[in-house]
Amino acid sequence: MHPAPSVIIFTALSGLGFGMMVFLGLGFLDVSGWVAFVFVAVAYALSGGGLLSSLFHLGHPERFVKALRQWRSSWLSREGILSIVTMAVFGIYAVMWIFTDVRNPALGSLAAALAVVTIYSTSMIYAQMKSVPRWHSPMTSVLYLLYGFAGGALLTAQVTLAGWLMLALAVVQVVTWVQGDGAFAKTGSDMGTATGLGFLGKVRLLEKPHSGTNYLMSEMIHVIGRKHIMKLRIIALTLGSLIPAVLLLALPSGHVLGLVVIMIHLVGLFAQRWLFFAEAEHVVGLYYGQR
Amino acid sequence: MTTLPQSTEKKLGLVIDLDTCVGCHACVISCKEWNTSNYGAPLSDMDAYGAEPVGTFLNRVHTFEVKQENKPAQVTHFPKSCLHCEDAPCVTVCPTGASYKRVEDGIVLVNESDCIGCGLCAWSCPYGAREMDAAEGVMKKCTLCVDRIYNENIPEEDRVPSCVRTCPAGARHFGDFADPESNVSILTAERGGMELMPEQGTKPVNRYLPPRPKTDIEQIDILAPLLTRQPEETGGFLGWLDRTLEKL
Ligand code: SF4
Ligand code: SF4
Ligand code: SF4
Repeated sequence: MHPAPSVIIFTALSGLGFGMMVFLGLGFLDVSGWVAFVFVAVAYALSGGGLLSSLFHLGHPERFVKALRQWRSSWLSREGILSIVTMAVFGIYAVMWIFTDVRNPALGSLAAALAVVTIYSTSMIYAQMKSVPRWHSPMTSVLYLLYGFAGGALLTAQVTLAGWLMLALAVVQVVTWVQGDGAFAKTGSDMGTATGLGFLGKVRLLEKPHSGTNYLMSEMIHVIGRKHIMKLRIIALTLGSLIPAVLLLALPSGHVLGLVVIMIHLVGLFAQRWLFFAEAEHVVGLYYGQR
Repeated sequence: MTTLPQSTEKKLGLVIDLDTCVGCHACVISCKEWNTSNYGAPLSDMDAYGAEPVGTFLNRVHTFEVKQENKPAQVTHFPKSCLHCEDAPCVTVCPTGASYKRVEDGIVLVNESDCIGCGLCAWSCPYGAREMDAAEGVMKKCTLCVDRIYNENIPEEDRVPSCVRTCPAGARHFGDFADPESNVSILTAERGGMELMPEQGTKPVNRYLPPRPKTDIEQIDILAPLLTRQPEETGGFLGWLDRTLEKL
């Protein structure tokens, strides 16, 4: 799949923002007043910025309100509604916290729960795609949730907790890659089933339907850059979770270290999201003799 | 509504005969011509006269080669458009309800004024049957020529999809799969009409008739008798003698 920057930014940032809301809502981070305001603002900047970025992916962003209608069947629609509701509930909780120094536990837990479900619904936009075997797995949701939790814990200064979550993330990331590598073969789809010609022998593409490219090929058959996949996986794994885990668990915590770890984690996270799209092969590639 | 109908009254769709398709791309052109000038946004071309032309098409013809070990290869032309799936994932993923399946005839359509151009439906289609129009920013797909098949302003023989009407080889057939007596149902039953990628669980309505295995047919060389060399005629006395003795 084409790794569009708008979608990479959307999934990465909104995951972090809602991850922060989980911990802030659950009453972690013992601050108040201006300091609380700064954390709340960061959480909103990340979640809101991510959502705003996703609009750039649309052919008609001005019609985005229509996307809130089909929650009965569409995960994208659910994701939109849940983001808005989560941000609203968290907003009431945050205003009370900042101005009256009251952290209402019921409201906070509700916001935290909604944030979890929002991250889950983001993951389901991808995990529901049967046509993209690498994504079509519960691991996609586990991964998105863990990235949200680990990043959220890190950004709300839960040092030890973030360290352990980062370790768990590293394990889940490796498992997801291993499982994903075999996912396409497991579907049983090949050029034989795609064309129905498998019964005649081995199928190969003799001529493309057109000499140039088309929407399908540029959107769903992303072969450029796949050759650097191993290197990028190492970057994503070490910077995204392993090094942050070690730094958080082994070194004495402090503001400078916190900032450094956040920077390292962000680089790893973006590498991981780039891979998430670039590595994912769509079955339509079979009609083009490519994957 | 992007939830799928439980069942549809009719199941309109196409049968595509891979044994007869000659790969002329006439259906590609007639589809583009009809659909760029009728229902919905036109099918744009980008950089049409430049170095890298790209355009929106609702129907495309691929060409595949199938080969068994130690046998000659067999070539099959393969037209592909929307299969109007019964369990269409492109409908349920749509956040706006723009993508829908009609209860009356099962045609899968896009309401372009509701489409936000998120592209999710194209991602969910295993067959690559949807293309986002680069000029309009909305999703385009085969409409089964819904603006022809019920159109009382055109002659009756034209009330079939444009690609079916145009195919010079008669490789495309249009009809109702819900009716077991229809041309398409009979063709499917008699010729073993295939579903594409059934493992994707989309339950496509369109069917493909398999090509005959041509490499297993005994090869008849129709030119052979004409090409065997006749003995050369010799002239003069010896030639006369030869022909006379031959006659005895
Ligand atoms: S072929 Fe693709 S676009 Fe057409 S109904 Fe099936 S899934 Fe949807
Ligand atoms: S591109 Fe349009 S039709 Fe397709 S899912 Fe998005 S809004 Fe629906
Ligand atoms: S039925 Fe109409 S829209 Fe569909 S491929 Fe044929 S000509 Fe194109």
